Amino acid sequence: MPVSPEDIKNVALLARLSISTSDLAEVTERFGRVLQLVDELNTIDTSEVMPMSNPHDMEQRLRQDAVTETNNREALMASAPAQEQGYFLVPKVID
Amino acid sequence: MNWEMVMGLEVHLQLATQSKIFSGSSTQFGGAPNEQADAVDLGMPGMLPVLNEEAVRFAVRFGLGIGARIGERSVFDRKNYFYPDLPKGYQVSQFFAPIVCEGLFEVPLEDGSFFPVRITRAHLEEDAGKSVHDIFSQETGIDLNRAGTPLLEIVTEPDFRTAEQAVSYLKALHSLVTYLGISDGNMAEGSMRCDINISLREKGSEGLGTRSEIKNVNSFRFVERAIHSEYARQADLLESGQTITQETRLYDAEQNTTRSMRSKEVANDYRYFPEPDLLPIVLDKEYIEAVRASLPELPEAKRARFANEFALSKYDAALLVPNHAMADYFESVVKSCGSPKLAANWILGDLSGALNRHEMTIQNSPISANRLGGLIARIEDGTLSSKLAKQVFDALWDQEGDADQIIAARSLKQVSDSGALETMVEDVISQNPDQVAQYLAADEVKRKKLSGFFVGQIMKASKGQANPKILNELLLRKLTDQS
Repeated sequence: MPVSPEDIKNVALLARLSISTSDLAEVTERFGRVLQLVDELNTIDTSEVMPMSNPHDMEQRLRQDAVTETNNREALMASAPAQEQGYFLVPKVID
Repeated sequence: MNWEMVMGLEVHLQLATQSKIFSGSSTQFGGAPNEQADAVDLGMPGMLPVLNEEAVRFAVRFGLGIGARIGERSVFDRKNYFYPDLPKGYQVSQFFAPIVCEGLFEVPLEDGSFFPVRITRAHLEEDAGKSVHDIFSQETGIDLNRAGTPLLEIVTEPDFRTAEQAVSYLKALHSLVTYLGISDGNMAEGSMRCDINISLREKGSEGLGTRSEIKNVNSFRFVERAIHSEYARQADLLESGQTITQETRLYDAEQNTTRSMRSKEVANDYRYFPEPDLLPIVLDKEYIEAVRASLPELPEAKRARFANEFALSKYDAALLVPNHAMADYFESVVKSCGSPKLAANWILGDLSGALNRHEMTIQNSPISANRLGGLIARIEDGTLSSKLAKQVFDALWDQEGDADQIIAARSLKQVSDSGALETMVEDVISQNPDQVAQYLAADEVKRKKLSGFFVGQIMKASKGQANPKILNELLLRKLTDQS
């Protein structure tokens, strides 16, 4: 699948990665090679194969619905860069 | 131009579990910020989710409740986006293989007919935290108590053409999920939030226009208003030759308009992939059948049974059934008094009125079903006129005892003894010769009006206890005798 520098910029934005303009060409080229490999895999007929969603051949175990955790706010917030009145503080979000 | 609206709805239903979907933190509403968020909810490195069995069971109950196909093997996926109240940078959801697959929900309409809504899917996911913008001036506060609360997202096909259909669907859905006991349905606390996908097309055309999505509307009335306002906005744009932008919008109830949410504009590109920290949920037939066997009587079945068993009108049934607690209360009242029609009238009339005035619900009604039944029994056997019954009702509300105790304490028995009534009628006639003359001179229509004066006087004299039926008969006879 051909991939353009614009695609790379978009993916980088979605992933919050910063790619410098000077690196863009090389990243685009390498990214394209990975997608080529995926294209190659896509040529294999898998219509009879159940998708593998997890490498472990197991089913999900379930937990009983019970409150087991008590308030541990002080400890959990200790490493937060900013907090006040029990809230984590982040830069102002404007909607 | 004649426009037709095309709408599909997504409802986020908060499931009524004690603990979160992937952690043992409490889901209780209204706690102090961040006191109900543990290391899993905070997305601390190395934490692993463990799925709550009750959330799975509730999702299956819903699927069976609408006759949908249950996904025997469903899988969790990561929905990737960055937002401060989403600590992990992804929301665990189900994209490729949901737990509830396609179904059909027959929504009852006011006229007694049904409006079929195709359910596309319903899937389990975790809620995000809450951003608080108005406490701090320079920053946004983040409360993660809600993070990890189990949600069932219920998605419909674009089957709605009017706001009324959409609201009917939401009301029926609300009724169903409270019957199923899978959600408290408390919309003010966000237990049921609705996203509306809406587009316009020329009437008669088959294609679909560009849609906008109105997010997080949390009351039936707002849903209706948001739809009307968005319809007007899109119609204006189209009629002036402009195009609709596909975007996410917010409904502003105060302005009664929708506005664009800039923060969501960047990308609806969530790059879903299977959540490696969770294994597939596999449900065997035995499990599904066990859940099916545990389903209660659902609103539609109850509606039909009430109509058959109690000869209840469609109108009464439509008002009583949607609220599970009210339907139960009604049945208890009928059990205690044996009069379904009177029970329905009192519950939907005086009781609902009083509860509304006091901002109470039927669950905490100060008048028990038994006591209301006791009151109705005294109306049925003629002890109480409807006027006296209202007095007794007020006394029941004020906890003055049961109906019989109140009747005895206030000597409220209706006077049906015709001898006693006759004396009262004769007294009023002899004391009011002018009114009698007026009455006798009047025609049929005027007479009816004038007789009200005598009834009023006698009711006053009997402290409202005269049996109105017998009184009217006596009065008419006595007055006619005067001529």
